[in-house]
Amino acid sequence: MYKIIKKETLSPSVKLMKIEAAFIARKAEPGQFIILRVSEKGERIPLTIADYDRAEGTVTIIFQEVGKTTKELGKMEEGQELLDFVGPLGTASHFENIKKAAVIGGGLGTAIAYPQAKKLHNLGIEVHSVIGFRNKDLIILENEMSKVSNKLIVATDDGSNGIKGFVTDELKKLIEQGNTYDLVIAIGPLIMMKAVCILTKQYDIKTIVSMNPVMIDGTGMCGGCRVTVGGNTKFACVDGPDFDGHEVDFDEAIRRQMMYKSFEKQALEDHACRLGGASNA
Amino acid sequence: MPNMSPYKVKIPEQPPEIRNKNFLEVSLGYTCEMAKEEAQRCLQCKTKPCMAGCPVNVKIPDFILHIACGEFEKAYEIINETNRLPAICGRVCPQESQCEKFCVRGVKGEPVGIGRLERFAADWYMSNRSPKAENIHRTQTKVAVIGSGPAGLTCAGDLAGMGYDVTIFEAFHTPGGVLMYGIPEFRLPKDLVQKEIENLKQLGVKINTNMVIGKVFSLEELQQEGYQAIFIGSGAGLPNFMGIPGENLNGVYSSNEFLTRINLMKAYRFPQYDTPVRVGRNVAVIGGGNVAMDAARSAKRLGAEKVYIVYRRSEKELPARLEEVHHAREEGIIFKLLTNPTQILGTEDGWVQGMECVEMELGEPDKSGRRRPIEKKNSKHVLDVDIVIIAIGQSPNPLIKSTTQNLDTYDWGGIIAEEATGATSIPGIYAGGDAVTGAATVILAMGSGKNAAKAIDQYLKRQGYY
Ligand SMILES: Cc1cc2nc3c(=O)[nH]c(=O)nc-3n(C[C@H](O)[C@H](O)[C@H](O)COP(=O)(O)OP(=O)(O)OC[C@H]3O[C@@H](n4cnc5c(N)ncnc54)[C@H](O)[C@@H]3O)c2cc1C
Ligand SMILES: Cc1cc2nc3c(=O)[nH]c(=O)nc-3n(C[C@H](O)[C@H](O)[C@H](O)COP(=O)(O)OP(=O)(O)OC[C@H]3O[C@@H](n4cnc5c(N)ncnc54)[C@H](O)[C@@H]3O)c2cc1C
Ligand code: SF4
Ligand code: SF4
Ligand code: FES
Repeated sequence: MYKIIKKETLSPSVKLMKIEAAFIARKAEPGQFIILRVSEKGERIPLTIADYDRAEGTVTIIFQEVGKTTKELGKMEEGQELLDFVGPLGTASHFENIKKAAVIGGGLGTAIAYPQAKKLHNLGIEVHSVIGFRNKDLIILENEMSKVSNKLIVATDDGSNGIKGFVTDELKKLIEQGNTYDLVIAIGPLIMMKAVCILTKQYDIKTIVSMNPVMIDGTGMCGGCRVTVGGNTKFACVDGPDFDGHEVDFDEAIRRQMMYKSFEKQALEDHACRLGGASNA
Repeated sequence: MPNMSPYKVKIPEQPPEIRNKNFLEVSLGYTCEMAKEEAQRCLQCKTKPCMAGCPVNVKIPDFILHIACGEFEKAYEIINETNRLPAICGRVCPQESQCEKFCVRGVKGEPVGIGRLERFAADWYMSNRSPKAENIHRTQTKVAVIGSGPAGLTCAGDLAGMGYDVTIFEAFHTPGGVLMYGIPEFRLPKDLVQKEIENLKQLGVKINTNMVIGKVFSLEELQQEGYQAIFIGSGAGLPNFMGIPGENLNGVYSSNEFLTRINLMKAYRFPQYDTPVRVGRNVAVIGGGNVAMDAARSAKRLGAEKVYIVYRRSEKELPARLEEVHHAREEGIIFKLLTNPTQILGTEDGWVQGMECVEMELGEPDKSGRRRPIEKKNSKHVLDVDIVIIAIGQSPNPLIKSTTQNLDTYDWGGIIAEEATGATSIPGIYAGGDAVTGAATVILAMGSGKNAAKAIDQYLKRQGYY
């Protein structure tokens, strides 16, 4: 079993947990993820390895409570154990011949981008980070990102923290100010990643995005996670989750994300009902 | 005096119009009386032709004789000498092309129901006896088994029986391989598979789930951890797609995804279980094997109105077990034979709304000896479906190959292993089951696990490890 060693609340709906998983910690690399299951009847869900400590044997996950499983996970406390925790899955990120990089995080995507920013920083690469949130209450990992970035811009859609605008606008400004990036890493909602790719394509900057389709096994067995990259079908769980953003068919990915919408709503509503029922009893 | 009826004793089954709405087992199995009556159809042939058709050489006439005499425990023990998973094989072996194919009673009438009798003996034992604790001399020598499908389970069981310290590493959260995530509950109850796995644990086999070998440990790292020999039984889990337009539309599943959601994640019990599956109104399943039948019959049970099997050859070439084809028909599955899909059509927002097909006719035999299907002119038509399930086969997953230096594989991904022993290109590493042969059968996977266990034992003794 996989014990929760530490739990922290980063924003009202975003939590961080450190999980005891020595074997995974030993092999984990930035860009990889785990799949977990909270309980016997639960779904398998993928979460990025936000950090790891090989000596301590722990893996850190950061998740947003969006649906049934993530909400259940959010209710677990330090000392409790997760039923299943498997990894490290996916292909680790590789950075070669890069001097300067921009890391773009949209909302929760910041948590997925953080380990990559940290790795770039540790490789001695100059890192400029732009992270964007809907409003200032949703800002996460500002301190952590600033520690691994030579420059950090925190934007909000409504300007509630000072800088108003989308991450694409900020990235565009940086480029136009004369920053030449060898690499852009963009992680966030599909729409945001698509917008960043359209921008960086104009400047011909290599851009890596992290795809997060629905997954089951995470080992290449179900094909549910397929994305079209450069006209070929790829399995995000083994070939990715990182891909060349200029090659990704975002429109298809956006459509595929709708596949289970109505079921997710039902799972969550049923869940709420049962909780309601229990408190009435 | 043998029972000379040309027909097998009928086996009780749930009626088709009832069972196609539930996930309970289709076949209810023989009663003691029925089993005895069927057993009496066996002529106890001196040459035992049936045995030659069984990949693990179950002593068929011997165990049947004991059933005929009502000595069910003894019958089970005889089967168990060569087959560790009889409750499973009795249910899923393609008997018509194995043991029963060679039964002399099949010349005039139906062969003896060997599979049904095997199943009977195993079920009887499970509900009337508890497994005996075996007195085994234990060694410290550690063996790792990768994958807990029939190949891995058999190899692990045999090695544990010989006294080795065996650990299975399984990628999923539940052991059993295809027996758990592929073959549906209505054909192979999952409780039964878990009971068989419990028996192995009793024998001392350790099972570590959530371990994707190649990711969490490489084979080399397992050797460094002190595993003196390794058996790879990682199956053929990589789904093949057709490469036709529209395959990434919403509503197109690989059979693996569809069946895993239903069996392993229990989507048929959504919302009690959290994992959903979308079944739609009309479903097309592409393919003609057991996997296709399972997907089609599952879709029907989940409420689809029309379910089609779309297969490009004719009835005769259907690779599925005869019984499954028969059951599928009874349950209302519609067979579109000699039909090949050319394109999946979608709505503007990306959902399946039909499948374009062409009709085929059979030409000259190809390399496999089966007549090659060729397209009929002007036969294009559209099937009105909103879900498409692709069940055209699986290949071995490249994960282990890609993380193991010097492990030789075929171009198509299968691990190259000696047939009689499972020995691979790396000393001390053995392989078997679908990982070697490509998608095959439960009993062949078990046979290879068995052979590898013997070879591993000899190898370890040669190395002085026993
Ligand atoms: C490789 C990978 C890495 C990920 N890393 C993280 C992470 O570090 N932190 C984090 O909070 N989330 C991450 N996700 C997304 C996370 O898996 C989903 O939020 C989670 O599955 C939702 O489950 P649920 O039952 O709580 O919600 P559901 O009720 O199942 O879904 C709620 C909402 O989440 C969306 N959703 C469902 N499944 C996924 C999915 N697999 N990916 C993206 N969105 C989904 C749905 O469209 C829906 O709007 C990652 C996804 C992938 C594929
Ligand atoms: C739907 C369906 C129906 C079938 N029906 C029949 C039938 O009626 N009769 C019949 O005889 N055969 C049938 N078959 C075929 C039969 O199930 C297989 O031939 C058999 O299961 C192969 O056994 P195996 O042990 O080689 O592999 P599998 O059963 O595939 O088991 C492999 C195991 O290894 C695990 N694994 C894979 N990679 C790794 C890794 N890197 N690390 C750790 N673990 C790993 C997998 O998760 C899996 O549990 C069917 C197959 C399917 C899919
Ligand atoms: S194991 Fe399979 S092939 Fe062998 S006797 Fe039993 S049913 Fe027949
Ligand atoms: S061939 Fe048929 S009749 Fe003869 S021993 Fe085998 S099962 Fe019995
Ligand atoms: S999650 Fe199943 S193949 Fe990627």
